[in-house]
Amino acid sequence: MKDWRYWLAEQRGTLLAFGIFVVMFVIYTSNHPAGFTANVVQTASNKGVLLAFVAMAQTLVVITAGIDLSVGMIFTLTNCLASWLVVGTGIETAFGVIAVLGTGLLCGAINGAIVIYGRLQPIVATIATGAVYFGIALLLRPFPGGSVNEGLADALTGRLFGIVPASLVALVAVVLVVWVPFSRSVLGRAAYAAGSSEMAAYMSGVPIRRGKFAAYALAGLLAAIGGLFLTFFTYTGDAAYASGNAYTLFSIAAVVLGGVSLFGGKGSAIGAIFGALAFRTIGDLLFVFDFDPLWQPLFQGVILLIAVSLGAFALFRVRNRLEWFL
Amino acid sequence: MDGAVPLFRMEGISKRYGGVRALEKAELSVTPGSIHAILGENGAGKSTLIKVMAGVVAPDEGRMMLDGSEVTFASPAAANQAGIVCIFQELSLVPELSVADNIAISDPPKRFGMIDRKAQRRVAEEALARAGASDIHPLALVKDLPLSRRQMVEIAKALARKPRILILDEATSALTAADVARVFAVLKRLRSEGLALLYISHRMNEIAELADQCTVFRNGRNVASYAAGTKSDNEVVELMIGREYSHIFPPKPARAAAAATPVLEARSLSWTDRLHDVSLSVGAGEVVGLGGLDGQGQRELLLAFFGVLRGLSGQILIDGRPVAIASPAAARDDRIGMALIPEDRKTEGLMLPMTVRENLSFAALDRLSRAGIIDRAAEQRLIDDMVGLLAIKTAGLDIPVGALSGGNQQKVVIAKWLMRQPRIILLNDPTRGIDVGTKQELYQLMRKLADGGAAILFYSTDYDELIGCCDRVLVLYDGAVKRELVGAEITERALIASALNIHEEMPKQGADA
Repeated sequence: MKDWRYWLAEQRGTLLAFGIFVVMFVIYTSNHPAGFTANVVQTASNKGVLLAFVAMAQTLVVITAGIDLSVGMIFTLTNCLASWLVVGTGIETAFGVIAVLGTGLLCGAINGAIVIYGRLQPIVATIATGAVYFGIALLLRPFPGGSVNEGLADALTGRLFGIVPASLVALVAVVLVVWVPFSRSVLGRAAYAAGSSEMAAYMSGVPIRRGKFAAYALAGLLAAIGGLFLTFFTYTGDAAYASGNAYTLFSIAAVVLGGVSLFGGKGSAIGAIFGALAFRTIGDLLFVFDFDPLWQPLFQGVILLIAVSLGAFALFRVRNRLEWFL
Repeated sequence: MDGAVPLFRMEGISKRYGGVRALEKAELSVTPGSIHAILGENGAGKSTLIKVMAGVVAPDEGRMMLDGSEVTFASPAAANQAGIVCIFQELSLVPELSVADNIAISDPPKRFGMIDRKAQRRVAEEALARAGASDIHPLALVKDLPLSRRQMVEIAKALARKPRILILDEATSALTAADVARVFAVLKRLRSEGLALLYISHRMNEIAELADQCTVFRNGRNVASYAAGTKSDNEVVELMIGREYSHIFPPKPARAAAAATPVLEARSLSWTDRLHDVSLSVGAGEVVGLGGLDGQGQRELLLAFFGVLRGLSGQILIDGRPVAIASPAAARDDRIGMALIPEDRKTEGLMLPMTVRENLSFAALDRLSRAGIIDRAAEQRLIDDMVGLLAIKTAGLDIPVGALSGGNQQKVVIAKWLMRQPRIILLNDPTRGIDVGTKQELYQLMRKLADGGAAILFYSTDYDELIGCCDRVLVLYDGAVKRELVGAEITERALIASALNIHEEMPKQGADA
């Protein structure tokens, strides 16, 4: 086989997610009353980018064959924190941004430490830490409020050269600065290897623990970038429990749509980004077709169910029934 | 050459797992530029020995010397650093990564802190070529390769680490004949380059072709070392067996005339590449053994009967009537009446945190309940019967079963199934890791159940057990029945010879007793 066919096989999940997104987005814009305009694209981008950041965060953990049910809460916590800190002069704002991102990194590191060194199952550990993170968020913002450096916020949610949504540029920048180095580093390789076969990875002398820890910590960082952008869009902090939970759930849907295997070891954050954009677009299709917005949660729930069911198809090929339980 | 300081030496290495001694003061010396074969039957300690060498298992006592100075390995990575690389029997490849990723996994070439994919690919191509496997594409995912190709990748991966000592544990068992020839050429070249090679194999002809030096292990000790070619196959088999025969087995009844219809019969069972055209029958009152090397399809055969495997071809007959057994629940149904004592009691046989009582009555709950309500009195009676019958030693019925000793845990697994009064009992290496006293009780129980009319199919990796317990033994090799031994034909010599799939010389009757 030629090299490009191996590349194609490796990127199949990502390309499929990209395809789904393009089709959905074409349907969306062609039925949108305003049509395919810079404004529509900007709004869609701003909504989609939030989930894309959280989905990237989820991807990192899912690759290690874990799951992070606290990403939505880190997202909410950092939103509340940003509404206090990312204000004032340029210097103050810069320190605020650093503090917010550092908090996300710390939250992720705590998750990683509990899962890896405490040997707890990721589901249980991150449900618990997620509850703690939400609790802190609620203390920070008992009621929605606060503010943000509006100059920075508008710059990052507006358009570059009048056409390109700035949030999309920021997303690409994060991919280049966080995802690409991680996926090509030894630690990233270790995260994949641990997710695919932890025993084989151990036998091969791979730094499994450091790889997994890096994945959890960077997941916290990415969720915090999402939280920061939420603040830029809304100008406020809001400890909204339902919204945090929804982001966690949707991130799982986005990851699966993006071709990332919930069994670990396979997939890329770029796929998950397209998964997130596709998921958002599908959810918004209801609006352009004039459905009652009350239907949206049900509709998204069905998409989520279908998406996670996709992962179970492999089980039909199992020939030894004992492997169902591995 | 003999006078030179050995490259690597193990002295007085011991390792115990619970009450079982895997290695007992084992010694081994490795010299550069030679191929050293390690021989021994199942459980002789070979695997533990190389795990100690490769840093997977820490020894309880003893020391290891590399280049004349003492070393300890905290992890496989540490052993690799010291130049000891092992190709394990269970593959150590990561399935979702590419061939190149796997070959370079422990120390990938880097540029600006990131993995340099181009350089990595060159490394992989070079290693594959050195292993004689240039036909494998470095970008292919390991999970998409057939087993024989994966094994070649495994060898290439080991070579890419520039080992000084290379350990091959049954490395050729999955290979095709053409690959074996290529691997042998590679190994001989490595020997001439001055590497020390340790070669573990059950294939006598391979050892004859490759080895310079041989060491035989038995019961965790090295019992003999000799230069290759100085002993006949038969002498080697004698060394592997030893002479430690203990009389702990109940007498076998005189062989009755075969009953008209066997209780359990299989016709041409095949499943994926693990079972090939297996036919067998087990009559009422008969104990039939499954022998052979570990992993030749015995376990799959038992699972096939028990309704666990999908896509099974061939026929299973109960009392002469063809049946379709779709699940373990169907297999244990009274019309079939089958029980399987699994190999791994901790995961497949018991729920460790639950109580002895709950574990005992699990499999029989449907018989003990009316309209979904458990009849506690009936449950208690049956449990008392079983605890008495099997002499289960427990501080009480309401303590977690995980608190019992290994032998008593195994008794609980067996008792659990006996509560259903099965007619067909499948045993998957039931005595692994339990003490001799309990083993003896189990042998007697097995015979008692057979005398009571049960049909028993018994897989064991312990040849003594097969000889002591079975009326007949079927020896499996590569998923097929290679030989059937009946009555007095069941000797260690015959078992080992047919397990290794070599033709033994005619044993002198009487000399074996």
